[in-house]
Amino acid sequence: MKKKVLTVDDSRTIRNMLLVTLNNAGFETIQAEDGVEGLEVLEGCNPDVIVTDINMPRLDGFGFIEGVRRNEKYRAVPILVLTTESDAEKKNRARQAGATGWIVKPFDPAKLIDAIERVTA
Amino acid sequence: MDMNEIKEIFFQECEEQLAELESGLLKLNDGDRDPETVNAVFRAVHSIKGGAGAFGLDDLVSFAHVFETTLDCVRSNKLEPTQDVLKVMLKSADVLADLVSASRDGGGIDESRSRALVKELEALAHGEMPSASAHEAPKPAPKAAPAPAPVAKAEPPKPTDESGFQPIPFTFDGFGDDEEPALEGSVYEITFKPRRELYSKGNEAALLLRDLSRLGDMSINCDMDALPALDKMDPEASYFGWKISLKTVKSEDDIRTVFEFAEWDCDLDVKLAEEAASDEELPMIPVPFDLGILDEPSTSEEEEKAVQSSADETVAAAVSAAETATSVAKAAGRASEKKESAAAAAAAAAQNNAAAAAAAAGQTIRVDLDRVDRLINLVGELVINQAMLSQSVVENDATGTSAVNMGLEELQQLTREIQDSVMAIRAQPVKPVFQRMSRIVREVADMVGKQIRLVTEGENTEVDKTVIDKIAEPLTHMIRNAVDHGIESPEKREAAGKDPEGTIKLSAKHRSGRILIELTDDGGGINRERVRQKAIDNDIIAADANLSDDEIDNLIFMAGFSTADKISDISGRGVGMDVVKRSIQALGGRISISSRPGLGSTFTMSLPLTLAVLDGMVVTVAGQTLVVPLTAIVETLQPEASAIHSFGASQRLISIRNSFCPLVDVGRVLNYRATQANPVEGVALLVESEGGGQRALMVDAIQGQRQVVIKSLEANYTHVPGIAAATILGDGRVALILDVDAVVAASRGQSMKPEMSLAATG
Repeated sequence: MKKKVLTVDDSRTIRNMLLVTLNNAGFETIQAEDGVEGLEVLEGCNPDVIVTDINMPRLDGFGFIEGVRRNEKYRAVPILVLTTESDAEKKNRARQAGATGWIVKPFDPAKLIDAIERVTA
Repeated sequence: MDMNEIKEIFFQECEEQLAELESGLLKLNDGDRDPETVNAVFRAVHSIKGGAGAFGLDDLVSFAHVFETTLDCVRSNKLEPTQDVLKVMLKSADVLADLVSASRDGGGIDESRSRALVKELEALAHGEMPSASAHEAPKPAPKAAPAPAPVAKAEPPKPTDESGFQPIPFTFDGFGDDEEPALEGSVYEITFKPRRELYSKGNEAALLLRDLSRLGDMSINCDMDALPALDKMDPEASYFGWKISLKTVKSEDDIRTVFEFAEWDCDLDVKLAEEAASDEELPMIPVPFDLGILDEPSTSEEEEKAVQSSADETVAAAVSAAETATSVAKAAGRASEKKESAAAAAAAAAQNNAAAAAAAAGQTIRVDLDRVDRLINLVGELVINQAMLSQSVVENDATGTSAVNMGLEELQQLTREIQDSVMAIRAQPVKPVFQRMSRIVREVADMVGKQIRLVTEGENTEVDKTVIDKIAEPLTHMIRNAVDHGIESPEKREAAGKDPEGTIKLSAKHRSGRILIELTDDGGGINRERVRQKAIDNDIIAADANLSDDEIDNLIFMAGFSTADKISDISGRGVGMDVVKRSIQALGGRISISSRPGLGSTFTMSLPLTLAVLDGMVVTVAGQTLVVPLTAIVETLQPEASAIHSFGASQRLISIRNSFCPLVDVGRVLNYRATQANPVEGVALLVESEGGGQRALMVDAIQGQRQVVIKSLEANYTHVPGIAAATILGDGRVALILDVDAVVAASRGQSMKPEMSLAATG
């Protein structure tokens, strides 16, 4: 069965790249444009892994991750943070919010797939 | 979708982000301190950088990075966004826009400018942040020495206090760049004890061990001492720890990279086995792993089998322990699965809600402009077709069955509604054009050493995209003019008791079916003496001409007129206000100026909301059918002989409610006829012309009012003076749309030159 990935990113460019990369790698992809939409879409989509940006309008990645972890049903879903922030402080915040791992931009399809493989069975 | 298409999307998105960036910076410049504004500005640059990185647009990335770093200082309140700071940022936004264009279209940018700005941005970031190291790239981690010397002990994370955690500098490039590996590899002793947080963040010990096994030959020992009796077991607690012996050619960094995501949530110790280099007798027998299989991204089942079968031979006990751990984890998973199925119905309902919410959120769609244009053209044809149908029904069946007539009326109404709706699709706010102007003001003001702020108003006023595309150029020119000629130098302004910073105001609003764009400066106003002299010098007016102030002001729109004594870089590009006026007129628009000496000037442009349709009055002139734009007509009246007064050789006036108004015979102006028509036999259309004065246009008869689809005459034939465009009427004939201003202007002199007028074409 195809693994399902929920991606949350406000950039159309990155959304499209994620879509193409993930589809090519055989994942089923569901997309949201910010944290608020991400939490809405999460209900009922039952993803195997979530990939989220940090800097987003309405609800940023930290808030989104906390929202997922508060959700009884999805709190154990692996969440990868996709962001250009490479400094330790941001990573630490994402981790405290409950992120499973991260992928440092610039966007690299191989790195993305590798990271997803690392956190999914 | 391929990469090129995504790149196209990226550039589109850049345009949006750049607009967002600029409007945000301008808001900050106006004193807005809303954190969300700063965030939006930061996000804009951040997004551009993110996308650019994916496409390897290095110039763009490195500039955006510096910009972003400085913006981050503002965001974290380390840097106060003063006017001076924002000035640098606005310039940086301009350079960023240039870099985006250069990346898209090839071509270079002004490197010295971008280098200078990078320095300024860096100075801003560093000036306020003495320890700016947080934003530098993470320093490469000290590599594990290949020698068997005990590795500098990387301190394991402190188990209790999360917030007090000190991040260990790491290279995150992972597996790619190992330094010259010791050929036989080294044996590492790894102790790994997850805490419950590791699991609650979605990490999984079994997966980490799987990844670790890919690095080399591995043997595992599971420590199950902490495992309580089943009834005392907390399904989400962590009870197991593992001791791993790994023979690998990889470095310690590579091993730690496996635990990259988990290092905070476990006790991890990695060290070289003391005797590894010299002693072949290992304390644990290496498990032979088939790396060929493991390099493939295999499914977890195969994986586990591989682990299992190879491990069985040697360290069966250890593996079964590991399996126990996995099965415990799985049991926990099953428990939550049960909860899942219980909540299934609720989930289905929630899904519906989510779908509805998603639908509400997705209120906009993106459509290729070509499709909209095609739709608009088709609707135009539909309108014409509907008119033709109506007409032929009326002609063939004078009595008309009521059903047919009613149907036709409904059709007409529907057509009209469809047309309005389709036009609304293409309507866009003028904001992007206005935003472009602020950059021009900045650049030109810099060039001429003036201080000017641009104030915009009504940027959300919507107008057809085709109109927006076409006003940018004349508007740019007018803005340049206003900065270069309108606003005085700071010294002059101060001498005149004004704020040394000049203000240019650009506003847009809807007025009676048109869009009104006003450009006001608080400069010196038109220097009428100089304009007049210039006009005389350039043979535009006679030396003894007696002109009103208004007429003098409007001289600047005459061809071949330029007040700049020396041609400057900025506005003297061989394009004068006459060109501006002509391009506005080509859009069916009007432009006028009003000026007050010492206080400034206001340019007013009135433009149609769309270039596709027009409400017109269909009239007959000398047997020809013409369409007069309804917006120009103030009223229509049937002149009485007593109201007509002659003056001069051939001029006539009509008195309307005690005021006199020049009478213009459209038939004469367009050379449809040689002699003036008798006004009493025709109809007068009172029109307002661009100067604000009224004229009465004489036509023979009014046929009716109709919405007509505008067809360009220039595109299909050639420009004809006095005619704005053409249309196709219900009976299939072509009718010309009158350019009211041109006709009025022509009537001021004589009729148009015969070779240029319609008489020549029949």
